[in-house]
Amino acid sequence: MSHKPSSSFVADTALTTFVCLLMAFLYVPIWVLIAFSFSSSRSLTWPIPGFTLDWYRKLFANADLLTAVGNSFYVATFASLLALAVGIPAAMALHRFNFWGKTLFRRLILLPITLPGIVTGISMLNMFRLFGFNPSLETVIIGHATALIGVVVTQVFARLQRLPKSLEEASSDLGAPPLHTFLHITLPNIRSAVFGAGLLSFVLSFDEIPVTFFLTGRDNTLPMYIYSTMRRGVTPEINAVGTLIVLASLILIIVSVLLSRDRSPR
Amino acid sequence: MIARAPRNLSALLVLGIPLLWIVVFMLLPYGIIVTYSFWLKSYPTFKPAFQFGNYLTLLTDVQYLQVLGRTLKISILVSILSLGLAYPFAWWLVFRCRSQALRTWAYMAVIAPLWVSYLLRAYIWKTILGTEGILNSFLMSTGLISEPSSLFLYNQFAMVVTLTYIFIPFMVMPIYTALERIPLNLAEASADLGMGPVQTFLKVTLPLSTPGIAAGFTLTFCLSFGDFIAPFLVGGPDGNLIASVIQTQFGAALNWPLGSALSIVMLIIVLAIVSLSDRLEATAHTGAA
Repeated sequence: MSHKPSSSFVADTALTTFVCLLMAFLYVPIWVLIAFSFSSSRSLTWPIPGFTLDWYRKLFANADLLTAVGNSFYVATFASLLALAVGIPAAMALHRFNFWGKTLFRRLILLPITLPGIVTGISMLNMFRLFGFNPSLETVIIGHATALIGVVVTQVFARLQRLPKSLEEASSDLGAPPLHTFLHITLPNIRSAVFGAGLLSFVLSFDEIPVTFFLTGRDNTLPMYIYSTMRRGVTPEINAVGTLIVLASLILIIVSVLLSRDRSPR
Repeated sequence: MIARAPRNLSALLVLGIPLLWIVVFMLLPYGIIVTYSFWLKSYPTFKPAFQFGNYLTLLTDVQYLQVLGRTLKISILVSILSLGLAYPFAWWLVFRCRSQALRTWAYMAVIAPLWVSYLLRAYIWKTILGTEGILNSFLMSTGLISEPSSLFLYNQFAMVVTLTYIFIPFMVMPIYTALERIPLNLAEASADLGMGPVQTFLKVTLPLSTPGIAAGFTLTFCLSFGDFIAPFLVGGPDGNLIASVIQTQFGAALNWPLGSALSIVMLIIVLAIVSLSDRLEATAHTGAA
């Protein structure tokens, strides 16, 4: 009688402890990163000797870093717009049409999600070189868009499937041309998924290294700049950039949660 | 008749844009590296040929086989470790977490790191595990060790820990989705039929969640298999995985044909795993129906 509840109590306690440890595994490192960005010592040893804001001051005086941030904004904006421009039609084609080779089409368009970035980067680098295009931020944009289309397709396709078909049918029965139906019926209904996919693509592109590594010319994106700094060693300056990135990510997560909340009551 | 034409035109556009993109920016580049993989290296460039020398080198040279073996080992270990951590967590979320708010927060907490720079998440472990790192200074301050240990960083252990840390959300997401789809009354029915919790788990929950496990395994495996940034940062001499070798062939070693052949090998391995997991998912679905 008393044996069974206590054994399940032990199991539950063990599981709860495990969950707490997992959270610690995920979050203690991030707190460590933040803590060291305020350390007055150059070496990252525990305990922290004193508090300083010097590393942040240095960041804002670092022209290369600021240029890299600007480049990243440029790349991420256009890469995510391109990914949307190709991904939304692809999701609609998958949702609405039956055509020969559809399975292959789906596999190909989703392939870059699992395909390591290095293969995308290398193969595009070879193509651009073959046709005489020099590596630049623009080639990076095309590379990122290719890698991100799959992300857009999965998000938009999932939303389209929950959309009642009758809406679009009614619109076309009433004589609306397809473009009109798309702009006034389909797009407003999948709006939150489009925003969500765009936001996620932006973040992933902002953060991307493997494809950028091969396709960029002389210009650095922010992660590439940080990566080249890291190769020289660990410094609290990197921790300061990192802390700002964590802060920006947090804001974007909140925005995306608010967006998905807006999606559910519909 | 007039109404048909624009409809077909728009269908052509809807399908045409992504199709064109696939052909120009995926199939064409892949085709080019397939072609290069049969070419011959002739320093400092390469010349057209049709021979299997590059593939033969990869299959017979011990150096490349070792790298391939090490890469497979690391990515399998990462996938298994991620599964071991992600599954109990996802199970707890779906079946044990009673508060809806807590469930949402805990799920978000595990997925959120994906939004935080990948590079930073690799870098953090370099600062934690290094000889001047936090782990060492902490252990020294507690008196457990008297001098900094170099055992933590620049080896396979560091790579497995770091890659697991980075890719674990990709394991949690599909498993959580699969577990959430299991109707609660199935477990009740199983209990009514006299099965214990362990039996119910093994006979009902686990089989129904295999598509999630397969999807999670595919993602974590493929992503760690193709990584060269994190291994470079924390792997030391062991960090020379297949992607790093590809990178060297296109950089310092200047052997594009061999690098192309290696990329094709990687592409084939990834495609094989994706279609294997697709098949597993399909059989799981028909099995359930």
